[in-house]
Amino acid sequence: MSVTAQAGVIAVDKPKSLWRRNFRRYGLPGIGAAIIVLWVLVAIFAPLLTPYTPELVDVTKRLQPPSQLHWLGTDMLGRDVLTRLIFGARISLFTGIVVVLVAAVFGTLVGGIAAYARGKTEEVVMRITDLVLCFPPIILALAIAAALGIGATNTIIAMLVVWWPKFARLARSMIIVQRSQEYVEAAVVVGYSPARILLRHIIPNSVGPLIVLVTLDVGNAIITFAGLSFLGLGVVPPTPEWGSMVSEGRELIEQWWVATFPGLAILSIVLGFNFMGDGVRDWLDPKSRRW
Amino acid sequence: MQDLTKIAPTDTTTPQDAASILDVSNLRTYFYTDEGVVRAVDGINYSVAPGETLGIVGESGSGKTVAALSLMRLIEDPARIVSGEIKFDGRDIVTMSLEELRKVRGAGIAMVFQDPMTSLNPVLKIARQLVETMVVHGRLTEEQALDRAIKLLGRMGITAPERAVDSYPHQFSGGMRQRVMLAMGFSNEPQLLIADEPTTALDVTIQAQILELIVELNRDFKTAIVLISHNLGVIASVCSRVVVMYAGEVVEEGPTDKILADPRHPYTWALINAVPRIDRHVPGQRRLVTIEGAPPDPLNLPAGCRFAARCPFRIEKCEQHPELLEISPGRKSRCWVTQAGQDLPPPETSRDAPAEAKARTGGHHGETVIKRGERLLELRNVVKHFPLPKTTLFGKQKWVHAINGVSLDVAQGETVGLVGESGCGKSTLARVVARIHEPTSGSVMFHGQDIARASQAQIRPLRRRMQMVFQDPYASLNPRMTVGDILGEPLRFHEITQSEKETRERIAELLDVVGLTPKAATRYPHEFSGGQRQRISIARALSVRPDFIIADEPISALDVNIQAQIINLLIDLQERFGLTYLFIAHDLAVVRHISDRVVVLYLGSVMEIAPADTLFAEPLHPYTRYLISAVPIPDATIEAARQRLPLQGEPPSTVDPPSGCPFRTRCPIAQAICAQVMPPVAEVRPSHFVACHFPGQF
Amino acid sequence: MPRYIVSRLGLAVVMALLATLVIFLIANTVPGDPALAQLGDLAASNPDFLKAFRAKWALDEPLWTRYFIFLKELAHGDLGMSIASQRPVLDDIKNYAPATIELATVGFLLSAVIGVPLGVIAAVRRDSWVDHVARFVSLIGVSSPTFWLAFIMLAIFYGELQIAPGPGRLDPIAFAPPNVTGLFLIDSIFAGDWNTFRDALAHLVLPSIVLAAATLGLITRTTRASVLECMHQDYVRVARAKGLSERKIVMRHILPNALIPVVTLGGLAYANLLTGAVMTETIFSWPGLGRYTFRSAAALDFPAIMGITLVVAVTYLIINLLIDISYALLDPRVIR
Repeated sequence: MSVTAQAGVIAVDKPKSLWRRNFRRYGLPGIGAAIIVLWVLVAIFAPLLTPYTPELVDVTKRLQPPSQLHWLGTDMLGRDVLTRLIFGARISLFTGIVVVLVAAVFGTLVGGIAAYARGKTEEVVMRITDLVLCFPPIILALAIAAALGIGATNTIIAMLVVWWPKFARLARSMIIVQRSQEYVEAAVVVGYSPARILLRHIIPNSVGPLIVLVTLDVGNAIITFAGLSFLGLGVVPPTPEWGSMVSEGRELIEQWWVATFPGLAILSIVLGFNFMGDGVRDWLDPKSRRW
Repeated sequence: MQDLTKIAPTDTTTPQDAASILDVSNLRTYFYTDEGVVRAVDGINYSVAPGETLGIVGESGSGKTVAALSLMRLIEDPARIVSGEIKFDGRDIVTMSLEELRKVRGAGIAMVFQDPMTSLNPVLKIARQLVETMVVHGRLTEEQALDRAIKLLGRMGITAPERAVDSYPHQFSGGMRQRVMLAMGFSNEPQLLIADEPTTALDVTIQAQILELIVELNRDFKTAIVLISHNLGVIASVCSRVVVMYAGEVVEEGPTDKILADPRHPYTWALINAVPRIDRHVPGQRRLVTIEGAPPDPLNLPAGCRFAARCPFRIEKCEQHPELLEISPGRKSRCWVTQAGQDLPPPETSRDAPAEAKARTGGHHGETVIKRGERLLELRNVVKHFPLPKTTLFGKQKWVHAINGVSLDVAQGETVGLVGESGCGKSTLARVVARIHEPTSGSVMFHGQDIARASQAQIRPLRRRMQMVFQDPYASLNPRMTVGDILGEPLRFHEITQSEKETRERIAELLDVVGLTPKAATRYPHEFSGGQRQRISIARALSVRPDFIIADEPISALDVNIQAQIINLLIDLQERFGLTYLFIAHDLAVVRHISDRVVVLYLGSVMEIAPADTLFAEPLHPYTRYLISAVPIPDATIEAARQRLPLQGEPPSTVDPPSGCPFRTRCPIAQAICAQVMPPVAEVRPSHFVACHFPGQF
Repeated sequence: MPRYIVSRLGLAVVMALLATLVIFLIANTVPGDPALAQLGDLAASNPDFLKAFRAKWALDEPLWTRYFIFLKELAHGDLGMSIASQRPVLDDIKNYAPATIELATVGFLLSAVIGVPLGVIAAVRRDSWVDHVARFVSLIGVSSPTFWLAFIMLAIFYGELQIAPGPGRLDPIAFAPPNVTGLFLIDSIFAGDWNTFRDALAHLVLPSIVLAAATLGLITRTTRASVLECMHQDYVRVARAKGLSERKIVMRHILPNALIPVVTLGGLAYANLLTGAVMTETIFSWPGLGRYTFRSAAALDFPAIMGITLVVAVTYLIINLLIDISYALLDPRVIR
């Protein structure tokens, strides 16, 4: 174990593998970024990448295994799985990024105002976040989405309701930490206005952890949206979406390709965001020893 | 003290060799970092005799702590002991097995660390932590150990030790925790105790108690002590012999009294002369002796003498690396100059003193220096209470009584020193004056305008006249802004400069004033050392051309030599720009050195206000007397002869302060009236104010 | 301590009340006619039903009155009628809860029993192969969508290799043990029916692994980070300087501190498993709350969804309360 090794052996041991460290520092985040860029390109150029259309039903070709014509096979309605996968990237990426960005901006503002206003405002805002956080996210999103009705927009709204409080909490705690730093006190003594201090001094020094959370969280949001779609709430059929594709194939154990590939797509993109998030964290906080 | 001359000095080995319990030879501990190899400890040699007290002194980065940790192989990745021997009781710690090492750790050698607040495990009871120390070495059973733990805590001066063992660490103050750490250290009656800056995190009166205790324990247990400190006074009050470290090497070694009186290495010489002395103050002599520059880059140590670049006694031979050689019986030095038999003369302290004194009274702002003439700042009955966060939903709101009715004046051009221990409210008072905090009640008149209740917008014009310098050079500069922006933003904001060109010129001028190059403007704060950052901080304060600067512990995070540089800079600036200072510090010697008048605070109340020399010569408040007496003096002879006043106990809680006089709970002359009536701050003698019912009777 | 618990309890009650308000508001601000949404098309087409429903919930009264009626009914355990099952929602929940508790508990124990030691070893032997394996496992765990993982496991171990039993709690031809707790593992032990016990256990393997995967990742990550943090604390160096063995240092000094955040996370994770096993239960046809939730959502069975949300929120609050209390027990600094 490392502790005993350092305390025990005096012999000059081999220097830490530079290759391995550099791989950790640049390699994995690089791979993550590559995966994300790849999916973004796929989403943008979707129609150019496949000869089929995602909604084209051809019952004569239903449930064909992967072949030259249909690389990833076809589903119950004879639709090309690869084509639906390619078009599915659009909605997954879009919802994941939109939910997290909107929640982050809104949450940060609310948390920032709470931290800065203090007193009753802070109390009320933080109680509201407590209240939202006392529901399990999936269930609350489910309830709201059910109340609003099926559809991508409604599901996104439901997710936003569930999503912003963690950013509000993080932003508030970051700002509270920064607020008592001496450089902020120095800014007060120079005479700057509260808004200027918040925008120019406190927020630039608080964004690091927020950026890390945003990057790591896009993956979460993609999984959650896919999960809600899997449950039948996310998108209206026949819109191609990865979660609902898995759902359509969940009974088809023999025809494994229908559910397996969309799942792999989700896994890859979530891994991509996780790799990149870890990289961003290492970069912003080199002392952190997490992985 | 050991008789060091008993053994024939002609031998090349150290005199203590024959009877030493610890022999360190050629110890090298390197850090293998990404940037390269840091030679933190680079071939040190020393030994410790049984029952001896050895001090190791040096500034941060000198390798003194790494050397101490190496003694028990407690260093962690990426540091490694690369060579050398550590002979303890005849066996080499460097090569022994982990099993053997564990038997030495805590039993043969014990260690007390710097920060008592983090050295105890927060989730384990004191009893558990003391008992396991004894039980793990198999000498005592659990019951015996618990019994001994209680006795030890009692011996360490902890009241009600039976209750104390049943407590958790967070229920104790820092001083109390350090007593627990000492109890832990002595629990197996080790032959050697290593204490790494054991009092640095503590207040001066608590420091005095702990040092006293260490001296007693050394006497009673016959345990040898290695005391590591940056503070020569601390070393002088405990240690009979001292080792001075610089850049990973021992540069001087010898009896404490001789080294302090007659240093034989220029670095020691600089160290001794850079510190202002509480017991000696020559009026008019305001500049401290400083040496240029900073310690060498540990990644890139010079081939010759490592101190040569900063050395005022440098000769040609210093291009070569000197060895640590005996220069007189019991004394060694790593210096070509003193090895050749030359002395290091005391610094020419009177160098520019008369001119300065003249400049100060009759200089360009002579008229404004008329003391008590123009009042710049007037505090009247300032009170500041903070609400504590509620721990329970329906609990009663508790308040921290940070400042309880402070009145004080600051006249144009003077320096008022504000001293007190942690929790006395000195930093809060600074923040109330700077209106970072709004006072709970009372008035703060600045330039004739009451700013106590004013809004930030109303104060804004006055901000140009009042600025602040902060304690932590690493936290007080916005890490995301360049130095140029840090200095330029106030200029643009207050429209002090009209054009970008003018701003740039002013930034360059400011950097020059504080002794930095104009190139600094394009760099970020993390690229500078602590002392340089503090200069930037001062430049920022100066940017708006204030006439009043609040300095909140501006030097306490710095090494002594850098401290001296900053003090000199502050004095220069005062003379140049006619500045008025409110100078806050816990270091009494520094306060005495820099201040015209001194205010002593205790638990949020003023105890005494007097001109600096009067206060230190004739303190009238019992607390002031204790405070002055607690400061260790870097002179072994004086320390040995000094009768220290032992202030017992700890300051009461600011949440629930005592009635009447706040000091009465620890005051030896307190009477019934002290608990009922808070004594007013009265002018007992001309310009000497005391808040005591019985001034001068102690 | 009692004061602390009372205070926490008070807070939990307040939060529970607020939660009912939130649910009431969601239920009553639905677009369209709440009566229609809560009765379902079929029942709503019967004017008598509609009338009785409107009268019972005072739908013509202002919102506040309706909330108090809602609270009163709630106090009597009335969560409304499920549209799909046409039974009281509370009965449905009582029916399905044991299966979920059984699955969630086994899944949680699995992830804790593997995750905590894995995290500790990964931290203590940083950059060793254990660390890399742990990192891989936890990354895959947190990155794979549960519903997909469930499908894959079923496809491989049941469909392809045929070494695991199919969906469900028991073999289709087996009988459930006599109902005591509703937990098949325990009930079959009570009945001394080892065949059923084995069958129930075999059916638990795949779903509990799936359920554990994401939680395992989180617990391993948190444990590792927390242990690493504690390993560099001063008191650990003090412990080493005392001559304690590395094992004792880890067990006595690091773990009691490092596990405090893990307990918090573990509690939350358990709450999530209890309430969020929707996907896993659906794919494994596990007759628990999760599948009930899925079916209710699919059928837009509004009363059922609201009932579940409420029960789940209260469960969440109770577990949070337990976390707070255990926190206070583990960390003496919490109560001053």
